[in-house]
Amino acid sequence: MNEAKIRTEEMLLNMGPQHPSTHGVFRVVVRTDGELVLESESHIGYLHRCFEKCAEGNNYLQVVPYTDRMDYLCAMMNNWGYAAAVEKLAGIEVPERAEYIRVIVAELNRVASHLLAFGTYGLDIGAITPFLYAFRDRERILKIFEKLCGQRLNYSYVRVGGVTFDMTDEILADIEAFCDYFDPKIIDEYDNLLSYNGIFISRTANVGVIPAELAISYGVTGPSLRGSGVQRDLRRDAPYGIYDRLEFDVPVGSGEMGQLGDCWDRYMVRMREMRQSIRLVRQAVKDIPEGPFCDKKAYRAVKPKAGEVYKRVEGARGEVGFYIVSDGTNIPYRVKARAPSFCNISILDKLTSISNVMIADLVAIIGSLDIVLGEVDR
Amino acid sequence: MNLCFFTSFFAQAGNGLGEYAGTYSAKWDAGAYEGGLFFAGLLKWLLLATEVPSSVPLAGTLNGVLGSLAPLVSDGSIFPELGALLITIGVVFGFVNVFAIGAVWSERKVSAHMQCRLGPMEVGPHGLLQTVADGLKLLTKEDIIPRLADKPLFALAPAIVFAGVLMRFVPLPFGDKLIASDLDLGLFFVAAVGAVEVLGVIMAGWASNNKWSLFGTIRTATQMVSYEIPIGIAFVTVILCCGSFSLMEIVNQQGGSLAATDGYPYQGWIWHWHLFRNPFMPILAIVYFIASLAECKRAPFDLPEAESELVSGFHTEYTGMRFALFFLAEYAAMYLVAAVAVVIFLGGWWSGIYPLDALGMGPDATIYTKTLGLLIKLGVFLSKAFALVFVQMWIRWTLPRIRLDQMMYVCWKVLLPISLVCFVGSCLWELASGGASVFGFGIVVE
Repeated sequence: MNEAKIRTEEMLLNMGPQHPSTHGVFRVVVRTDGELVLESESHIGYLHRCFEKCAEGNNYLQVVPYTDRMDYLCAMMNNWGYAAAVEKLAGIEVPERAEYIRVIVAELNRVASHLLAFGTYGLDIGAITPFLYAFRDRERILKIFEKLCGQRLNYSYVRVGGVTFDMTDEILADIEAFCDYFDPKIIDEYDNLLSYNGIFISRTANVGVIPAELAISYGVTGPSLRGSGVQRDLRRDAPYGIYDRLEFDVPVGSGEMGQLGDCWDRYMVRMREMRQSIRLVRQAVKDIPEGPFCDKKAYRAVKPKAGEVYKRVEGARGEVGFYIVSDGTNIPYRVKARAPSFCNISILDKLTSISNVMIADLVAIIGSLDIVLGEVDR
Repeated sequence: MNLCFFTSFFAQAGNGLGEYAGTYSAKWDAGAYEGGLFFAGLLKWLLLATEVPSSVPLAGTLNGVLGSLAPLVSDGSIFPELGALLITIGVVFGFVNVFAIGAVWSERKVSAHMQCRLGPMEVGPHGLLQTVADGLKLLTKEDIIPRLADKPLFALAPAIVFAGVLMRFVPLPFGDKLIASDLDLGLFFVAAVGAVEVLGVIMAGWASNNKWSLFGTIRTATQMVSYEIPIGIAFVTVILCCGSFSLMEIVNQQGGSLAATDGYPYQGWIWHWHLFRNPFMPILAIVYFIASLAECKRAPFDLPEAESELVSGFHTEYTGMRFALFFLAEYAAMYLVAAVAVVIFLGGWWSGIYPLDALGMGPDATIYTKTLGLLIKLGVFLSKAFALVFVQMWIRWTLPRIRLDQMMYVCWKVLLPISLVCFVGSCLWELASGGASVFGFGIVVE
């Protein structure tokens, strides 16, 4: 073969929308030079279901099930964000017991969501076993939720004015048993199996470093922001519900395995948050007062006065915010959802352009941002 | 890799096969029954000594056929050799298939039990027949060739990959005397034919006309060609210590053939294994094992098939039986590298316990002790190889995958220097000790 005719070319590679590691129907067009990613371009919208438009055609209570389907891995927090926004708009008081129940289910849901993030991140890096360990424990949480509200994924449990069903003593006992079972698992199994595995560290440390200013400028929130060392958690900084009465730490990345804000930091923030969530659940279960679990009136119909409101809660992936405009009828005039995954994934293209990223790293970065496509596209 | 390499490789392979044919007939004439001659002997015995009982239907015809073949056998015509060859091929092929079925099942079971699951439980007891069912399913699946694929290459690639692995079984013993062919260049043959597999993989990925397959192919080629080097150095070191390329000879020396007394040809214990021959050998064995994981594309070196990155690597576009061939080749390669490790480091079929190994080897051996001894050696060899295969599975279901640059780093900056140091160290050790092992029981190479 004539050597002069041999030439190298850049290759345009279409990753997704059907790809095992894009965590849903997410498409990245990458320009590659061998294994090196030169440039990436994210394409979203394959799962668009017009949440915001649907919300304009249903009354305030009927919108709740749509919020489940945004971030289906932590539906409780989405329900809560929407319910809290409507409650603020309509001036509805939520019973004390309901606030406690909300914290319990939200934190359990956070654990379930982080478990899935942990498991799928293991899959992205090539370790299959952690995934099944995570699913084994996530299943226990889903069982508890199933007992509580008959649903395993789309709960619609947190509603305007309270929650749908009361939490029985039996379920509280189940939750305590789960906390006792789960607490040692994180260190004994997960950290041993994945977090401190040499190969895992070499794949994630120093990869996809997000400097704090960059993260803030892109509106990155949640564990992905805290991984960059920014101490920001709405549960503590803008307390809602009863979070101001509970004790918990906000774990942030410290760059202990590599640079601050790398994939390992983001991953580890989630692992540490699970422990904090269990701590919160234990406190809430201990202190839960007797009383009604919902505002029966608000439960039937809500008709806020004309006005607008923005309310945000700390979801498993960051700030879940709802901006609602009311025209005084029982149907919202406009609902805008601020989805954390949507903002978090926007940084991906920037990350591939500021650092040398290989295809395997791209997968690791997408996994460490922990996106849910249902939420990105809404 | 250039054309020159392939030319020399095929020349060498041709030489090896020529050698094989030569030694084969010579040994058969001498009445030995080593290797494929075992089957030749069996066939000869069947043809010469068997008389089909008259109660069997068509007994007359069968006896007539046997009778007409017998003279051909006794005057040394080609038939028994050819027949033995075919039987040997059948046995090796059958073993590869049965092993693959068993290994797929055990891989699923091992992974399941490591992951708090049960694994297949429905088809047969404990899902034993699940792989058979899956195989049948693959056989009945539609064979899809993508419209824009290079059809001849696409169709040929799985066969080349599978043949490349199968060919490496030729000089590989399964136990004492149980070998397809004791090639004089055995270890070289194993290493050289490994390159054929790379060729098939490149063909598969390129012909698929799929960018993801191409990525898998690039990774495979990079990985397999790189990791052949530490493996080759491990081979060279062992060859240097033994003074032979033949896998049979390498194993025999680990049975302590020099310490022979009282008519017993071998008198070896566990410390006669090459693993304990000198202080460098254990390190080299670990280097070989790691490199062999990479060579047969097992985790943590499963980059070519990295499911989460490349979907399925070079065989993304393959379906049905063509896919099954890749699958089969992968599992056959798993066994192969494990068996080679057993041969060159772990004493082959020697259990390392002298009285057990001596069974059926002394002058007072009867046909029964001989048979028992052969069976024990077969069992010992297979158990060792299967244990290594289990370790491969264990690693796969525990570790994450490394990145391409890290894979290259491990090969060129870690394994290669270590293996070179071990190689030089072993050379010096052999020179200084005159071929004696750490325990002073070594073999002096004439």
